Amino acid sequence: MHAMTVFYIIIQQLVNGLILGSFYSLVALGYSMVYGIIKLLNFAHGDIYMVGAFVGFGALGIFGGALGIGWLGITVALVISMVLVGLLGIVIHRVAYQPLLNKNAPRMSLLITAVGVSFTLFNAVMVMTSGEYKAFTTSLGYDGISVGPVNITYTQIIMVVATAVLMLCLYWFINRTMYGKAMRAIALDQDACRLMGINVTKTISLTFFVGSALAAAAGVMAGVYYGSIQFYMGFIIGLKAFTAAVIGGIGSIPGAMLGGLILGLLETAGTQLPFVGSAWKDVFTFGILILLLVTKPTGILGKSEIERM
Amino acid sequence: MSNSVGFKDRLSERMKGKKTRTFLLTLLVVIVTLLPLGVNNYVEEVMTNTFFYIILALGLNIVIGYAGLVDLGYAAFFAVGAYTTGILMKYGLNFWLTIPIAVIFCVIAGIIIGGPTLRLRSDYLAIVTLGFGEITRITARNLKITGGASGLVGIQRPSIFGHKLYQISDFYYTFFVLVILAIIVSLRIYHSRLGRAWQYIREDEDAAEAMGIDPVKTKLYAYMIGAAFGGVAGAFFAVKMTAISPETFAFTQSAMILLAVILGGMGKIPGAILGAVFLVFFPEIFREIGQMRMLLFGILLVIIMVFRPQGLWPERKN
Repeated sequence: MHAMTVFYIIIQQLVNGLILGSFYSLVALGYSMVYGIIKLLNFAHGDIYMVGAFVGFGALGIFGGALGIGWLGITVALVISMVLVGLLGIVIHRVAYQPLLNKNAPRMSLLITAVGVSFTLFNAVMVMTSGEYKAFTTSLGYDGISVGPVNITYTQIIMVVATAVLMLCLYWFINRTMYGKAMRAIALDQDACRLMGINVTKTISLTFFVGSALAAAAGVMAGVYYGSIQFYMGFIIGLKAFTAAVIGGIGSIPGAMLGGLILGLLETAGTQLPFVGSAWKDVFTFGILILLLVTKPTGILGKSEIERM
Repeated sequence: MSNSVGFKDRLSERMKGKKTRTFLLTLLVVIVTLLPLGVNNYVEEVMTNTFFYIILALGLNIVIGYAGLVDLGYAAFFAVGAYTTGILMKYGLNFWLTIPIAVIFCVIAGIIIGGPTLRLRSDYLAIVTLGFGEITRITARNLKITGGASGLVGIQRPSIFGHKLYQISDFYYTFFVLVILAIIVSLRIYHSRLGRAWQYIREDEDAAEAMGIDPVKTKLYAYMIGAAFGGVAGAFFAVKMTAISPETFAFTQSAMILLAVILGGMGKIPGAILGAVFLVFFPEIFREIGQMRMLLFGILLVIIMVFRPQGLWPERKN
């Protein structure tokens, strides 16, 4: 192969990997935040992402007529989806998880509850959509910047930028606001927080809101990017986002961002390898996860902690 | 009111009596044995399916209930068993000879999965087992020898003492015998030295380690034995269905078996059985409402966990 061709392929794959990584990062953030604060593996998080895509799809259907199905309509749909799905996250926390947290139930029960929530969301959407694919139609074209055979569309650029903006907002929220401080404090010591007058339950709810809203944003963007959505789109990405969170170090916000991007890039690189290809790409990802957990379970940015269940 | 409480106490006193229990168990066995004489094929099919899930639930119960380890990819073992039998029978091997091979393969799979991961925290274990489950399914879908996405078809029916197993009642009794064997094995293991070691580790790993129990090795045994159960069940599943495909072993399958164990109450044999019965009967009873039933199932699962986090019929801690 010509050297230039290889170079172009690498550039194109880098772009693809970055987009994929952005989606992973956004979903991984919610995983990591919830895990950090209540040590719950929120199994339903992938399905939240899926619900986000469908809510965005619905919102675009309602407002698309007035606002058009270009960037304006999509942005409005994105915001609506983030708010509604964020609220859904709060409802899930209050109804399904908080009663178990109050009872100090075993973590296995919490995990099973999360599986139950996942089942509920998944099947609810399946029933409502009759299990069909929905075409996420937008008026975004394929215009973009071309460098030789490499084509980077404006859609791709905007998505990466939007992800970066969301992450910066989150970073600011966690590190510079009182609520963010409360979240970080709860992750360290819940009882001490209660003594200091922090409303722990409310703060956990807020964490669910933020995490779910980010997943919804990823869902809507994935819908726009891939052009179609279906009820099982959340399962695999849930797994992958968890992998990303673990790669970065679960519980760490910058870790989740980094982990998502690394995983996206690795996976796109993996599909180019002759012995991996697209058929084996999920095996490749899980292989990475297992290898990482065995060799460095704390992830790249995670703190090591000794814990017994 | 006090009267009814007194009655309840007396009743539970009675139930605890060894004689009554033996009597009830015998009655249950007799009813289950005679059932195929009085019911149609549909009921027999559902019952056979129930038996099958009971075996799997009992196997997973060893991993989750006895040893306290999470496993979200149990279907992988069941897949290894089914595919081993299916492939070997294609090469002309007798069904009964494939069972020990299937078990060996499953135990090896158990070691491969458990070996590197059992040192991990339990949530990580959950996701790793899930990942392994997916890897198994994708591998089955991509390999030639497993028949790719369409799977293996036309697996021969086995025969025993010259009697070919092909009717539904044949499989009804075969699986019933397997259930009884699984219960006996589960009980024996529970009361063995190994069983006690598992419970010790589950309750307090540090203390167990201090008493000279090697936690990783002991946990690995739980994986291996649980895998062996899955292997046997998978082998029989292959010949009952005569066709297996990768999607049979998707995550939903693992989740179902897990739910049976958790719903029933971890660590208890009647609990696991009850869970499996509930799991198979629930969708059958609600067949009318179609896809809604899985939605209902998810909601019910959350409700059960919120109100009874220990499961419907949990192990009594003494």
